[in-house]
Amino acid sequence: MKVLIIVPAYNEEKNIVESIENLYNENPEWDIVVINDGSTDKTAQAANSTQKAFIVNLPCNLGIGGAVQTGFVFARNYGYDAAVQYDGDGQHIASEIHKLLELLENGDCDVAIGSRFAYKHDGWKSSFLRRIGIKVFEILNSALIMQRITDNTSGFRAYNRQAIEFVSRIYPTDYPEPEAVILLGKNSFKFKEVPVVMKKRQWGRSSIVGMKSVYYMLKVILAILITSIRKKIRK
Amino acid sequence: MGSETPDKIQFLSIAASIMVILFVLELIRRRRIKEEYSLLWLSTGFLFLFFSIWKDGLNYISKLIGIYYPPATLFLILLVGVFSILIHFSVVISKLTEKNKLLAQELGIYKMELDLIKKQMSQHTTEKEENLIKMNK
Repeated sequence: MKVLIIVPAYNEEKNIVESIENLYNENPEWDIVVINDGSTDKTAQAANSTQKAFIVNLPCNLGIGGAVQTGFVFARNYGYDAAVQYDGDGQHIASEIHKLLELLENGDCDVAIGSRFAYKHDGWKSSFLRRIGIKVFEILNSALIMQRITDNTSGFRAYNRQAIEFVSRIYPTDYPEPEAVILLGKNSFKFKEVPVVMKKRQWGRSSIVGMKSVYYMLKVILAILITSIRKKIRK
Repeated sequence: MGSETPDKIQFLSIAASIMVILFVLELIRRRRIKEEYSLLWLSTGFLFLFFSIWKDGLNYISKLIGIYYPPATLFLILLVGVFSILIHFSVVISKLTEKNKLLAQELGIYKMELDLIKKQMSQHTTEKEENLIKMNK
């Protein structure tokens, strides 16, 4: 199975080298592609210095959705069997990737999601308010696609070939994760969740704070509802 | 033509609509607007002109929809026209954004591959890089 690890990065010069090294040490067979989303710092140079990853420099900032989708286009164009989204900010843990890939390899699902909530653990789970938001997505999405997804905001995911083909053509732009779940669910892709541990980010802060989180909730809920009444594209 | 003598507001609206139509036509002639984006402007302009000239028609329609001051109907036509044009723009902008995104993505990937091929020509590629270049169909 040819595996591609997609690492979207926007101004992550402090985290990116460690992320790449961790991935490489976990399994040197994996191909790593860093999607540098128009960073204004030295993300590209830092990533390049490792000599262990492919680096796609986007000519302008596309936002997280556009950056991750670039990775899907990459995976499609070069014919990878599986693509793993792995955030470059140090939240995801490389050794957890095996769990995602295992699910794909067994043919259990088209998309594997690493969930912080699928069982009790001591790892980082986000703040109280955020967890309420995440619960709202869980109830909404689970009801709309009839598959229980506990961690809709998790960006730690693995896609098989059919799913790659699909999301390389259609993928939401900003705050894409919860919307992507319903988009794929609506189009008969099967999900499986696996419990994973995540770390609190080491540098920088979440982009969703204050008034932005209200906008975030409204935007994503609207997008979810609209997606649920759209026509199926596949099957 | 109208049954009464043309009044100030009628003269004004006729003049304004003719100016808008001529201005849009001139922009098309100079290739500043593509024809497909001018159609909504032109049809709004002509509709406005039509009812500016044909005052009885305007009065009739105003009465029909319950507007007591007929020139207000003209503004309604204008408002509906401008509204449709703005929505049309939102659609066009969304389409452009999507195409723009696709272009940026493909451009980024091809630029990376081009750099690899350049590197390959100077014999410095790693095994992984060699494989990737072969993988692109």
